[in-house]
Amino acid sequence: MITIRREVCGYCGACVSVCPSGALELIDAYLSVDSVLCKPKCKLCSTVCPLGAILRSEE
Amino acid sequence: MKDSYDILVVGGGPAGAVAARTAAEAGLSVLLVEKRSAVGVPVRSGESIGKDELLEFIEAEQRFIKAEIDSSVLIGPDSSKKTIHDGETIILDRKIFDRELIWRAAEAGAEIQVHARASAPIMEGEKVCGAVIEQHGKRYEVRAKIVIAADGIESKFAKWAGIDTTIPLDGIKSCAQYLVNDIDIDEKEMQFYISPEDAPGGHLWIFPKGKRSANIGVGILGTESADGKRACDYLNHFVEKNYPNGKITERSVGGVPVCKPLKETAADGILIVGDAARLSNPVTGHGIYNAMFTGRLAAEAAVSAVKNGNTSKEFLMAYDRAWRESDMGKEHERNCLVKENMA
Repeated sequence: MITIRREVCGYCGACVSVCPSGALELIDAYLSVDSVLCKPKCKLCSTVCPLGAILRSEE
Repeated sequence: MKDSYDILVVGGGPAGAVAARTAAEAGLSVLLVEKRSAVGVPVRSGESIGKDELLEFIEAEQRFIKAEIDSSVLIGPDSSKKTIHDGETIILDRKIFDRELIWRAAEAGAEIQVHARASAPIMEGEKVCGAVIEQHGKRYEVRAKIVIAADGIESKFAKWAGIDTTIPLDGIKSCAQYLVNDIDIDEKEMQFYISPEDAPGGHLWIFPKGKRSANIGVGILGTESADGKRACDYLNHFVEKNYPNGKITERSVGGVPVCKPLKETAADGILIVGDAARLSNPVTGHGIYNAMFTGRLAAEAAVSAVKNGNTSKEFLMAYDRAWRESDMGKEHERNCLVKENMA
């Protein structure tokens, strides 16, 4: 699972474009995550983020 | 909002606006939905475009032109400099420019709805037949003969319709940019820093926005991004070192697709344009021209499809072939090869 640091997020959508499961969506200026679709071991969104706004919690 | 249109355009950036304008000018009924509450913000762009490219779509108005550039300086890892004079470049004010494009679409007869989000496609089997639109807590089912997906880097619409749009980590530039004021710059000159120290797998740019003001940004390859080595870290380092007294009045971030375009940019009832089709320049990151170009081509294909009563993938693939065979498409293919060889 991931945690979005909303005070850091620049709502740019880079994370949405690399998510293979379609778990992320930028709704207006609000990044939402679908916890059912989000894959536990994946960290692509957290890697690509220009600001470091997505934290991956350890399993 | 009506319950049906000839064309539904998802996204109000340059691709969507030009598509809507083109289709409306041809007499079709057009709805454009923009999920944000205003067009043109937040800016996620270096804001540059070739002057000739701009003029293909709109006359050059001072209102949205911040600077006219006559040279580019490439700065290598050893601080070596190479100056290129490759035609005039315009630095836009996207906040004004994007709204102007939308206004042109509205003037041509397109209906514009802001703070209106396409949250799902309406499908009949494999065919896209419209979208569910959510606006101010209300839900509308809007049917359309053709949907033009112009929903940018974070495009979801085509994915919902069954087209794989996922970008691999080595196919995206992770970018951060500041608008920095009160700095000494040559307002006629763009600078590109190309070195692994400044921007691994990418480059750092300085695009003047008039006197003593510039967009300073960095794009690094997605695979290079890590804690402490993110786009914002490289940008902070550069700005603190080179412009410690600059005043930052705008911060923006973004992803630029530098992968190959989608394998197919049309399916039954849907056309995909601009960044959503992964059509920004994989070497420079420029995307405004390709967005407007494919927006217009897609609308022309949509007009022809509606007039012929055939919105099948087979028919709409004429758009896919048209942009691939165009000068833009051929240049894009060359740039993809350049990018692959750089890696």
